Amino acid sequence: MSVKALYPYSAEPKDLQANFNGMQLVYVYWRKHLMFCSPFAFLAAPDMPLGDFFEQVLRPAIAAHPDSAGLDFSRVEWQLDDQPFTPDLAASLKDSGIGHKSMLTLTTPGLDGIGGSAT
Amino acid sequence: MATKNKKLSLKDKYQYLTRDMAWEPSYQKKEDIFPYERFEGIKITDWDKWEDPFRLTMDAYWKYQAEKEKKLYAIFDAFAQNNGHQNISDARYVNALKLFLTGVSPLEYGAFQGYAKVGRHFSGAGARVACQMQSIDELRHVQTQIHAMSHYNKHFNGLHDFAHMHDRVWFLSVPKSFFDDARSAGPFEFLTAISFSFEYVLTNLLFVPFMSGAAYNGDMATVTFGFSAQSDEARHMTLGLEVIKFMLEQHEDNVPIVQHWIDKWFWRGYRLLSLVSMMMDYMLPNKVMSWKDAWEVYYEQNGGALFKDLERYGIRPPKYQDEANKGKHHISHQLWSTFYQYSQATNFHTWIPSEAEMNWLSEQYPDTFDKYYRPRFEHWQKQQEKGERFYNNTLPQLCQVCQVPTLFTEPDDPTQLSHRSLVHDGERYHFCSDGCCDIFKHEPEKYIQAWLPVHQIYQGNCEGADVETVVAKYYHINIGQDNFEYLGSPDHRRWQAIKGNKPLGAGDSKDAA
Repeated sequence: MSVKALYPYSAEPKDLQANFNGMQLVYVYWRKHLMFCSPFAFLAAPDMPLGDFFEQVLRPAIAAHPDSAGLDFSRVEWQLDDQPFTPDLAASLKDSGIGHKSMLTLTTPGLDGIGGSAT
Repeated sequence: MATKNKKLSLKDKYQYLTRDMAWEPSYQKKEDIFPYERFEGIKITDWDKWEDPFRLTMDAYWKYQAEKEKKLYAIFDAFAQNNGHQNISDARYVNALKLFLTGVSPLEYGAFQGYAKVGRHFSGAGARVACQMQSIDELRHVQTQIHAMSHYNKHFNGLHDFAHMHDRVWFLSVPKSFFDDARSAGPFEFLTAISFSFEYVLTNLLFVPFMSGAAYNGDMATVTFGFSAQSDEARHMTLGLEVIKFMLEQHEDNVPIVQHWIDKWFWRGYRLLSLVSMMMDYMLPNKVMSWKDAWEVYYEQNGGALFKDLERYGIRPPKYQDEANKGKHHISHQLWSTFYQYSQATNFHTWIPSEAEMNWLSEQYPDTFDKYYRPRFEHWQKQQEKGERFYNNTLPQLCQVCQVPTLFTEPDDPTQLSHRSLVHDGERYHFCSDGCCDIFKHEPEKYIQAWLPVHQIYQGNCEGADVETVVAKYYHINIGQDNFEYLGSPDHRRWQAIKGNKPLGAGDSKDAA
């Protein structure tokens, strides 16, 4: 469908990657850890290696959760934009197929939030 | 007009002062004068069928409103002179007013502009006059709300720059974008959005909680504003129902268009009201009723009767009604959790509910609070007692349509977010629910332009690269005064001083009441 208007209507997306000064957005959702109310929105360099992104960007963001101490990134079940994903820690975000506004989802069996409450 | 009777009958007066104010154009085409009346696809065959149940004329309107105003301002004066703010239940209550003044009052102003515009664009005189009066009402409401709350601005933080904040602060983009969406639509969609879905179907879930909240918490200024606006609101609700019935009766082709708007604006309104849900359950020291109970009375029962009545026109209840009904057990807890963790960027304070309040929540939400939400608050409370009050230092993902962080859970699984995503024209977009995703799919060109606060910060458009700078310079939130935890805040200390008690220290978990 499209907008009904009195004249031909077109518009440019507000959040094109070109508007982020060489950076891109990456979202990360840790399932069953809803103490973090929604997926995180990160600003990251597309050529950042995935291993660095995990340790330098993601790790500090989740540090406040008691489950984060026991979190081993190599044992996570990953999804990228709802598809199964196997990270290559040496590859950049871009070469890993993590595009602007892509979302990574972590499933961590055995870590189900505080008291198993998905919090 | 020579006549023996100096006084017109009410019926004549209505005729002369409303319907007779219109005329048939002779040297311009009607379509050119009213260009917005037809592009939405709504077919109007006879504007004279418009019924105005109030038959109010402008002269009576001015007189009536002036009388109400006189009484209202007398009470505001008395409230100020008697230091009425000292008689409220607890200073935590004022945070509900901060939310109202920054989130709701500017919407009244938006409504004033919106009704002035659509009042210009209808060719039917009856509808034009009704919109004109509502436009003036809305302007009166924003003014009287500002005056009612201005007294609090002298004694509490966070109320000092509400209009500026409304345009900029991250969570206020939720109400702002709601109204911008309605005002940038055509006139018939605007009325379906605001008059029908908002004023008629959902108003009791906005207005009543705030006004009853004021009454239960000793805020006479706001209660009196509420009474003063009540007769206006009754008129607005009647306009909402009239406009829907009028469109549906004018042409059967209007039915699917109106149904789509009802589906859309019910969901938009429901998402907006999630802010009210947390206000009712968490921000009022003296509770009126739970959000769940309010939803059951004002939507499930009253709304159910309304949609039964509209069935004869071929209208069914809103598409995502069942999801909303399931959400009543969850949304207030999810919203308060969100504001608790992002209090560094709000103009009001948040806190952990006291033990008594948590027990009340357990009673009100027997199936969900203890299982999903109490563990969260108890964990945060322990952190706070250790001096490690939790703040989430990473910005949240926002829904492209409602602009609330994508925090809501699946209707049938409260352990999973109901996140949705799609790619449109090579760009990826994220949503909080099927309801918002559907709205996007219907008019993608509109929502790809959304001014999402998180993305604007990351693009460098908000005067700073870190949250602290954005909050202070771009939002005009005074750091350490307006934001962060309630316990130990300047508001809290001031309240303790008013009550003659010693302030509690930051991190002290004793009941703040």
